Amino acid sequence: MTQITFVAFDGTRYDIDAQNGSTAMENAVRNAVPGIDAECGGACACATCHVYVGEEWKEIVGEPEPMEEDMLDFAYDVRPNSRLSCQIKIRDELDGLVMTVPERQS
Amino acid sequence: MERIKTDVVIVGAGPVGLFAVFELGLYDLKCHLIDILDRPGGQCAELYPEKPIYDIPAWPIISGQELTDKLLEQIEPFHPTFHYNRMVTQLTRQADGSFVVTTDENEEFECKVVVIAAGGGSFQPKRPPVPGIEEFEGKSVFYSVRRMDEFRDQDILIVGGGDSALDWTLNLQPIARSLTLVHRRDQFRAAPDSVSKMMKLREEGKINFQIGQVTGIVGRDGQMQGALIKGDKGDVEVAATRMLPFFGLTMKLGPIADWGLNLHENLIPVDTAKFETSEPGIFAIGDINWYPGKLKLILSGFHEAALMTQAAKKIAHPEDRVVFQYTTSSTNLQRKLGVA
Repeated sequence: MTQITFVAFDGTRYDIDAQNGSTAMENAVRNAVPGIDAECGGACACATCHVYVGEEWKEIVGEPEPMEEDMLDFAYDVRPNSRLSCQIKIRDELDGLVMTVPERQS
Repeated sequence: MERIKTDVVIVGAGPVGLFAVFELGLYDLKCHLIDILDRPGGQCAELYPEKPIYDIPAWPIISGQELTDKLLEQIEPFHPTFHYNRMVTQLTRQADGSFVVTTDENEEFECKVVVIAAGGGSFQPKRPPVPGIEEFEGKSVFYSVRRMDEFRDQDILIVGGGDSALDWTLNLQPIARSLTLVHRRDQFRAAPDSVSKMMKLREEGKINFQIGQVTGIVGRDGQMQGALIKGDKGDVEVAATRMLPFFGLTMKLGPIADWGLNLHENLIPVDTAKFETSEPGIFAIGDINWYPGKLKLILSGFHEAALMTQAAKKIAHPEDRVVFQYTTSSTNLQRKLGVA
């Protein structure tokens, strides 16, 4: 298990034991993290599972693939540390990862 | 106002709405479908036309567009009528129990049964994160171009980097006083031909391109004069009397919330025998409904369509005896399908 944290827009922390190989979005939905809509269910097709990756985690999590970068055009308030959580696969190196949920998804 | 009479109005032309036409058609129920998109397929067509679906029975792999095309082929014998680019705004019951369905294009449909197959709700344009943008909407800020004349001799600001943004950049540039295109990066997810035409306009100085995001609108009483852009050149103000943001679509429940139906977390509770809502004669199938154990799967929606049909038939044609038959063996059904 890898421990990841979502910080909701109101500041509430959600510490989650995530299975390696699952996506960050799946863990958010399973634990009812508010603000992760994931309308398309993880197909990288809607940009409604947008999160900000903690600055210190940006490099470890990595850059978005071109398809994700395209979808981010449709996200709300995109920043340099923006990612779609459905495209972040949980692995050992991400133990302790913190992601912040934006004010809204759309 | 012209009033269209039919047995069933289906709200939503996604996969589940389409398959409902088939099931209802086997029982001689005529359907009109209304959808806010400009084509059938719902989320399958809008969100993931190219992406594979692996859990449609008997199709180990099928794309959203292929599934839509196959469903259209399957329901063709029943000649459904499609009404695109409109939203159902009102649903009222008449004294005799039938319904009048009204759209935002001011059409009226009179029907005995309403089937809500609206998935995640209606697709609506995403509003960009610009403070106070609401007061400019419909006056200076538009999410689509209905009449090009509204944009003639205006300072136009187009925001986005997809096909809509680039198509309208190319179409409006010749009639604009000035045109600024703002996108958060210098890469575009649009048809290569549109991208190269837009690049040519940039090189010729016919449009102004800025990397960045719109952070504010300058103007008053809904009349826009300019926009603040935060980007690689710092904070700049550009002249703009019209703004067209293109940030894709999002799903909203919309007017369904006002139809007097019981709701459960923006979903419509139904019984699992008939998939009827709290209002007799109004059914809800597919992703929009809720019942204990509900799974938002296309195949669940197909099952719900079949059971809904049994109940809808009794309401729409109470004089008919409902006989359960198989398409494999019933000449009657095969005649309806045009194969016997």
